[in-house]
Amino acid sequence: MSLEEGKIMGTEEIIWNAVATFLTLCIFTFLYKDNPFYKFAEHLVVGVSAGYFAVILYYNGFVPKLITPLRQGEWVYIIPAILGLMIWTRFSKKWSWISRFSLAFYIGSGTGFAIPLYMQNYVIRQLSSTMLPVGFTTWALFTNILIIIGVLSALIYFFFSKEHTGFFGGTAKVGIWTLMVGFGTGFGLTVMGRVSLLAERVVFLREYFIELKYYLYILFKYGLPLS
Amino acid sequence: MNFYEQIMNLDRRWVYLVIGLVVVITAIFPFDVPLYVTPEVRSVYDYVESLNPGEVLMIGVDYAPEAMAELHPMSYAITRQCFKRDIKLLLCCLHQNGPGMVEQVISQVSKEYNKVNGVDYVYLGYKPYPSITILAMGQNFRIPFPEDYYGTPLDSLPMMGGITNYDNVKAILNISAGSATEYWINYANGRYNAMLAIGVTGVMTSDYYPFLQSGQIFGLIGGMKGAAEYEHLAEKGGYISREKDQLSAYKSMPIQTTTHVVVILFIVIGNIGFFLSKRKKSRI
Repeated sequence: MSLEEGKIMGTEEIIWNAVATFLTLCIFTFLYKDNPFYKFAEHLVVGVSAGYFAVILYYNGFVPKLITPLRQGEWVYIIPAILGLMIWTRFSKKWSWISRFSLAFYIGSGTGFAIPLYMQNYVIRQLSSTMLPVGFTTWALFTNILIIIGVLSALIYFFFSKEHTGFFGGTAKVGIWTLMVGFGTGFGLTVMGRVSLLAERVVFLREYFIELKYYLYILFKYGLPLS
Repeated sequence: MNFYEQIMNLDRRWVYLVIGLVVVITAIFPFDVPLYVTPEVRSVYDYVESLNPGEVLMIGVDYAPEAMAELHPMSYAITRQCFKRDIKLLLCCLHQNGPGMVEQVISQVSKEYNKVNGVDYVYLGYKPYPSITILAMGQNFRIPFPEDYYGTPLDSLPMMGGITNYDNVKAILNISAGSATEYWINYANGRYNAMLAIGVTGVMTSDYYPFLQSGQIFGLIGGMKGAAEYEHLAEKGGYISREKDQLSAYKSMPIQTTTHVVVILFIVIGNIGFFLSKRKKSRI
């Protein structure tokens, strides 16, 4: 709720947003140096996230996928339950070998699902999208040439069975520049992402302090906290 | 220590201080930032525009509070656009700390447009292991989600009548801050040929452009800038307004702009210091 929506925060919102403001400022103190306020906020985030995840996982995974089916007499679910329990033997040096059966099943099935689709979607589809029409008549056709040169030169840079000299070495250098452009794009977008987080927090703080000012004004003028 | 060396050894806290000052001043004195809408963002907006009332769009909301700044504005703008156009929404979450994100968006926006749970939208909830969940939904949504987030069996929800799997939704829009996007591309699009568009954090954006070029996704909303572009389009389309809705991505654009200018200046100054000190060393 904000002033721009024509509403003023009530007491409950003011208090909870004060907690959020305090924790935001605690995290910002790390920019100067590590300190107990930062540590408190950091530990709180980790603890709350872990606790939240544990509860969510229990009610969305463990209960519907094991407890409920077993209660309904679907005894086949006992097999994954046993496989899951076997993983815990990793904590014992003597019995840890038992966990390998579960891991083998998990890795085997996961790999079976993933490899054909990854080959198709991450290799073959990407390869086919590099086979492009080229030319100098339109900008799109020209940029297709850049894509093809970029892909081939970057691949040549990673070919280490031949010394990078002469034409081959020159192409590898083009490959390095292509990679640098890619890393630069990634870095720029990372900066943008991090600044976005900062910007959102600062906008939050600005709006909270405006709301607080109005809240305190009404409180002291009329002596009534808003519900 | 000469000037160049001083630049090279500048305490990072001075950088933080300058950026902090610039951010606070911009927050106090905001200004309008002209926005250029990129084709990849426009294609998502245009696709939602092309849907008819009553058709179903699926949204996978796979992010936690740490990515709210960049992704929440996308979720709000798209949900508002869909509800105003009477497009039905099927939502799910594959991020362990994300169920509350969907709940926050859908509960607020559904009230604004008087939309009814089970009739105008269905929130499937969260399930662990994204790859398995996405594969299972391709067969039948009822396999991973026999009940919705609120514990109602899917078969008793009016909207789910006739909706079995991805074939019955027009497209999937994945708004994500993690590896879930990879799974949606690989399994929903790769295995089931579902039409897919994505909204991702700024850090992830460059990783997914190849999929846009290959046609595996039909649109890409990248970071807060992408979210601001979408808000800009939705505002022009009359789906959201600056006065009524928060437009949080758009509001952050002035800060984004001034901070980028400062970062670029620091990079330039740092590089000048580096090259000049290198030249001095080579002379010695």
